[in-house]
Amino acid sequence: MWQSLHEAAKDHGFTVLAVALDEPEAARRWIDAASPGFPCLIDRDHRVAELYNLVNVPQAVWIDEEGRIVRPPEVAGSTDGFRARDRVTKTVPADIVSQRTRVKAAYMEAVRDWAVRGAASPNALDPESVAARLSVPDASVAEAHARFHLGQALVRDGRADEAAAQFAEASRLHPQSWAIWRQSARKDDTGLASMPEFWARVDALGDRPYYPQPELAAVPPKSAP
Amino acid sequence: MIRLLCGSRDTALPGATAAGEALWLDRADVEHATGWVWKPQGMCRDDTCMPLPRGSPMASGDRLDIAAFWRHAGWPVVHDASSQLWVLGEGAAQRAEALASLQAPDFELPDPAGHRHRLSDFRGRRVFLATWASW
Repeated sequence: MWQSLHEAAKDHGFTVLAVALDEPEAARRWIDAASPGFPCLIDRDHRVAELYNLVNVPQAVWIDEEGRIVRPPEVAGSTDGFRARDRVTKTVPADIVSQRTRVKAAYMEAVRDWAVRGAASPNALDPESVAARLSVPDASVAEAHARFHLGQALVRDGRADEAAAQFAEASRLHPQSWAIWRQSARKDDTGLASMPEFWARVDALGDRPYYPQPELAAVPPKSAP
Repeated sequence: MIRLLCGSRDTALPGATAAGEALWLDRADVEHATGWVWKPQGMCRDDTCMPLPRGSPMASGDRLDIAAFWRHAGWPVVHDASSQLWVLGEGAAQRAEALASLQAPDFELPDPAGHRHRLSDFRGRRVFLATWASW
């Protein structure tokens, strides 16, 4: 997904750093198949989600050369278009497909522009804007992460039922986290947490987005940096 | 055998004892398992010290009820049904303060081959930190 971005910008003092909020075996299968040219790390306890207050994938954070956040966690190019998919035929309306492609391309272009131009990019935010857009956890979210961590340890100890109880409590405390919910949810044959209970939880969002959209500034047309 | 998970630490503590919601550790285990140092002035980390409540039952002789300290600080404490596996989680206020600094929190994680890398290894480059999952 990020390979072309990495290729386009890696010689400009940029790198993609992909973190899998996932079990090592499951993540490795995908990484082996994709053979990406950028660093991939595996975060089975969702440590990065706790540190950055993340709730879903893909979310991305833009970090400058000095280690400062120049864009806080945002949905990285995905849309709620999947919700329009026909659950029987699995087809998505053409206008939704177009929209998904457009949104993805616009996000990638924004990242590429920043990757190459850095602070000169209109989408590199000033500290006040980063602070205004940053979300921070409350005590319930903090406890949810602790229970998720406990649950993952219990899974590794083969104590599945106790783990399930911890995950259920974690989701009760932090209902906005799809990462916590989907990591322990039932999976289909391809490993996707897309069983009926997932769709029911998505439906329960009503008008609320699964993937809230970031506000991006238009970038200048591609030119040699 | 009590096992304590705290941040990225995972420590077996043969000397620890659990009683209900209390988890008693000696001085050395407190530091080993949590990174906090229990000094006369309180619990200390980097250049911060948090005093223990005066006359508190948190400290008994040379042992500290680390769970009571953690809860007193407002940080999450969870454990399994047998009170042998404990997680001392990071508090929301601390996490919020760290994020408010706008410095990207550092972390260390393994690559697919098991080699560990830190975010700070990439200092000097612009980093697009992107999450994904197989689920």
